[in-house]
Amino acid sequence: MFMLFSFLLRKWREFRAGAAAGVEALPGDGAIDFSTAAAGRSDAPRVVDPELPRPSAAARGPAVLLLHQVRFDLLTSLRNPRARFFTFFFPIVLLVVFTGVFGHGHTVVDGVRVSLSRFYVPGILAMSIVVASYANLVISITSLRETGVLKRRRATPVSPVLLVAGQALATVVVALVMGTLLLVIAKIFYGVGMSPAGLAAMAITAAVATLAFACIGYAVSILVGSPDAAQPIVQATMLPLWFISGVFIPTATLSATLRSVGSLFPVEHIAAGLHLASVHTTFSGAISGKDLLALAAWGVAAAIFCAWRFSWLPSTATA
Amino acid sequence: MTLHKRPRTLPGMLTNSFEAPVSRRLARSPSAAGGNDPVISIRGLRKRYGDKEAVRGIDLEVGRGEIFAFLGPNGAGKTTTVEILEGFRQASGGIVEVLGTNPWKAPSGWRERIGLVLQESQAEPGLTVRECLELYAGYYRSPRPVGETLALVDLIEQVDQRATALSGGQRRRLDVALALIGDPELIFLDEPTTGFDPSARRAAWEVIGGLRQLGKTVFLTTHYMEEAERLADRIAVIAAGEIVAEGTPQTLGGRQVGGARITFALPAAATVAELPACLLDRIQEEGGGLVALPSTTVAADLHALSGWELERGLELEDLEVRRPTLEDVYLKLTTDQPRS
Repeated sequence: MFMLFSFLLRKWREFRAGAAAGVEALPGDGAIDFSTAAAGRSDAPRVVDPELPRPSAAARGPAVLLLHQVRFDLLTSLRNPRARFFTFFFPIVLLVVFTGVFGHGHTVVDGVRVSLSRFYVPGILAMSIVVASYANLVISITSLRETGVLKRRRATPVSPVLLVAGQALATVVVALVMGTLLLVIAKIFYGVGMSPAGLAAMAITAAVATLAFACIGYAVSILVGSPDAAQPIVQATMLPLWFISGVFIPTATLSATLRSVGSLFPVEHIAAGLHLASVHTTFSGAISGKDLLALAAWGVAAAIFCAWRFSWLPSTATA
Repeated sequence: MTLHKRPRTLPGMLTNSFEAPVSRRLARSPSAAGGNDPVISIRGLRKRYGDKEAVRGIDLEVGRGEIFAFLGPNGAGKTTTVEILEGFRQASGGIVEVLGTNPWKAPSGWRERIGLVLQESQAEPGLTVRECLELYAGYYRSPRPVGETLALVDLIEQVDQRATALSGGQRRRLDVALALIGDPELIFLDEPTTGFDPSARRAAWEVIGGLRQLGKTVFLTTHYMEEAERLADRIAVIAAGEIVAEGTPQTLGGRQVGGARITFALPAAATVAELPACLLDRIQEEGGGLVALPSTTVAADLHALSGWELERGLELEDLEVRRPTLEDVYLKLTTDQPRS
């Protein structure tokens, strides 16, 4: 799956190199033709005529600028070995391990008796979305802020809303790709398929949840003082919730107390929403308005906290 | 306010490859070559954090095309002032205008015209040098070409290296390239060479000197007196939230009119009491046979001394006339101030 990404990335580069050499070029290519360097040769890049300015992403409007930001945010996270492991590799390993070890048992989801293989697909999907949005953003935003990268970006004319939106959209893209991948693996290797209505409900739940967890990620990054602290804080906040939110263990087997504690936090709502979508074949049965509302409420609360307290400057900055 | 332009050799880094764009730019905006319209204008700037006043009413003016050095010890209010000028912090009082606009309320168009080299900013993770520049070029409506900007800071060979893999000096040059990519009029350089080895520092100075050739206005903060002396047209020193001195590197703190100090080794055959009578009341014995003479009339004092040694057939060894260095002036200015 990572190979798939490398492949897509390579194709994208080839496309770009071709575009740069041709008449029509993408914004920001500047005056250098990098196709020789991209092909792995050490020849010095050829400087082409600088007299023909090409419109930059900013000059071509906010939509192009947003895509520009998304592209680089995706590039950054794909090249981060930690993000690659936790976002792409880890959820697949867990899906394989859980279905392999426990897949033959059964449980009950919303009154429907299902195999544990079917239970684990939405569970791991929920986990992978939370990792892709919440965990990645807490760690990367804290690090970008403390290393002054956010401050430098903020010093450019680009609007802060666009910077945040770009990051959020990149997160949605990663979650979408990852979710599709998990569903394809579940279908091919474990025969766990979803109904069309279930898939639609899953897509909506996943989209709302990704944005909500992205907001929560931004909000938590405000509370994290140093990049070193980000990883343990992420693990400490996520790990207990996996067990009491129906991700690793069906909530039906938990005590009422643990269930009500779990339902206070957003992880339970994304898991519940996706579980519901995985067992019903009508859209009205597959979509859970209550869980969507809870996720949205968490997202909005986090966004309000961000608007109030978010800083682009390193927290170590002094007078 | 006057502009003090010292004659300067064209840095070796300025090659034909970008002299042409420079002249084009200058032709496009005649005011970039000189003139005295202020790019930065500060009147009575104050900044309070709680009950602590970090900046206590400072006045500054920086003209177009000038390289202005802002010096001060840590905690003197230097970073606060710069961050107010950059629009990151709101002033508590006074008038601040950068490019004719209050930075705190500046529209995004204002940010098209400034570039920042931040001391604490590290490389964009995961991106190559080229990608970093492409990313930032996309933020501006009319950026400089990426290739030209890389040539300017001499990073063409590193173009496909990861930014995080660059050496310290190369990374700082990438920072300068990122500040230049939007083709700004005004560039803030925050301690651009802190932690550099001497050769990397010299290379960075050449790059900064090159900014002058591009007609940029530069607001430089630094800890290094040699850096300010070498690069700046004008210097202001801040201590405990107040400007304690302002001037050219030659005149700062009355350096050009202040006293010099003549020192020499007293010959073994002579005693202090035998020295010319006109100097006796100023003579200070320094130990180790050295004698010091604070002097405001250096020529006359040297004349008296040399006449005395010739007359006696003596030779004054280790004779030295020393004016205070910029560093001496700076240390005196910043330690005389009571710390808040």
